[in-house]
This record gives sequence, structure tokens and C-alpha cells, in this order.
Amino acid sequence: MKKKDIIKYALIKALPVIISYLFIGMAYGIVMTKAGYSIWWSLCISLTVYTGAFQFILVSLLNQGACLLTIALTALFMNSRQTFYGLSFLDDFNSMGPKRWYMIHSLTDETYAVNCTLNKDETVTINDRRTIMFYVALFSHLSWAAATILGGFYGSLIPFDLTGFDFCMTALFVTIFIDQYKSADRHFPALFGLCIAILLCILLGPDRFMLPSLALTCAILLLKRTIQKEELC
Amino acid sequence: MLNNIQIASAIAVSFICTAFLRFLSFLSFRKDKQIPPFIQYLGKVLPSAIMAVLVIYCLRNTGTGSWQSGAAQIAAVLFTAVIHLWKKNTYLSITSGTVFYMILVHLLLV
Repeated sequence: MKKKDIIKYALIKALPVIISYLFIGMAYGIVMTKAGYSIWWSLCISLTVYTGAFQFILVSLLNQGACLLTIALTALFMNSRQTFYGLSFLDDFNSMGPKRWYMIHSLTDETYAVNCTLNKDETVTINDRRTIMFYVALFSHLSWAAATILGGFYGSLIPFDLTGFDFCMTALFVTIFIDQYKSADRHFPALFGLCIAILLCILLGPDRFMLPSLALTCAILLLKRTIQKEELC
Repeated sequence: MLNNIQIASAIAVSFICTAFLRFLSFLSFRKDKQIPPFIQYLGKVLPSAIMAVLVIYCLRNTGTGSWQSGAAQIAAVLFTAVIHLWKKNTYLSITSGTVFYMILVHLLLV
């Protein structure tokens, strides 16, 4: 493939991601500006942290004045899924030379999904596919950063009342939850998570239930696996 | 409001933790090394459990505020879910759910 064709192919593949990043990234920029943070902090976070869901949570953690340990543990828990995404592309990224560092840094839920669809296309050679992955990552990252800036500027310019706009984060999680629930062959992890979170939110209060919920969910899921294994023996 | 050093250190901590997780599998499994089965298992079951916890996190103040704000949030979540199950389009679900919530908030709270 010529370089031009590769870029075009990557752009088409990345388009759904770019559109959703423009939308959610702008929402993020607006939320940050509304919370009182400068556009440059928003941009800095979007370029370095670069993980949608946690960035929104980080706004409320910053507002609460949460301690660094809480921020670190929340980041570790919320983004633990990123570790598992890497497992699918160990060979691909490791053979990309210096670009591999950028590929590992820029892997998100959405680019992971796009990269998985590239694996199935047999008309593309391995080397071309890896170059396409690079451009998918680059376009997605840039659209996220650009949207953050746009949202940040609009956030201070939009004349009408934006109360309730931050609901788009809740809506995002609801849609991801439904998609994952429908595609999963077992539903108990989602149901465990849901019940434990509701229970602990009532017991411990809205500001303290997040980490215990994630830890307890992990523990119960591992316990369930151990019990099932013994039954099989 | 935090000062700049506090914000910068919060961003640095977030970045280091996220980058650590992203690089972890590449640092742990360089070649042909087997991934421990319980890690593989967690990798499979955790994402949907985490999303459930995140949805509840977003709704955590539903019970403590006024009944109007709680009702608006629950109604908008159900609205988003129904649109998503019906049309199966993420952008449409997020946009319509958010607009629905903003209208509800203006009608109920202002």
C-alpha cells in the first residue's frame, strides 16, 4: 500500500472513534472549564492521561480535593482494564521499533476495538496493518486533544445554561455497560458489580464506596472461580 | 480550589498510574511467557463489573439530594438505556440521553 492509501484506510477505520472523541472530548473540555480549570490543564490531562472515563472522575476528585493516594488507587482500579488490552497486541507493538512506546501509551478502549477489526482484514499485509494502527492511534489521540481545547473555549463562550450537560458521562457508561452486558456470555460479573456497588453506596456513603466496591468485586469474582474449580476436580 | 502544584501533582500521579498499567503487560510478557490463569480470568470478567460500579458511581448522589434531582437522573438513565437497546447507536444514545436529562433538570429544578 502507498502511504496515502494507508492514511486514508486508517482515517476511515478511525472515523467512528474520531466522531465520538470529538463529542465526548468537547464535553470533557466544557466540564473542566466549568469546574474552573484552565484549558491548558485540560489539554495536558487529555494528552498524558488520555482515558475518557477516568478523566471525568478526576474532575470530581480534584474538586473534592482528594488526596494523591485516592487518585492513584482510583486510576489503578479504573484503568486496570488497559493492562489486558495490551495482551492482544504484544507481538504487533513490540515489532514497531520506537513507535511502540507511543502505541502502548495511546491504546484506549476504542482504538483497541478498531485494532481488533484490523486483525481480520486479510487483504492488508502485516507491515501495512501496523502502520495503519499507528495512524488510527494518532488520529484518535489528536481528535481527543483538539476536542478538549474546543470544549474548553466553548465552555467559557456558550451563553446558555449548561446545567446537566455532564450527564453525558453517565450516559456513556450506561451504553458501554449495556454493550458489554449483551456481548458477555456470563452475566454474573456485571450483576455482582451492580449489587455490591449499590449496597456499599448505601452502607458507606456516596464518597467512600468506590474503592471497597471494586476490591470486593475482585475478591468475590476470584473466590467464585476458586469454588467452581474445586467443584470440577 | 487547588493550587497549581496540587493540580500538577494530581495529573502526574494519574499519568504515572495509567501509563504503568498500559506498559505492564508489555514489561511482564516480553516473549512466549504464559499469563497466569487468574489474571486472564480477571481480564475477562472485570470490564463489565467495573462498568456497573461506574454507573452507580455516577448516580451516587441520587439518594442524598432532592427527590427531583434523583428522579431526573434515574429517568434519564432509563431513557438512555431504552434508546440504546432500541437504536443500538452509542452517539445517539448519549446525545438524546443528555438532552433529555437537561430538559428534565430545567423543568423540575428551575
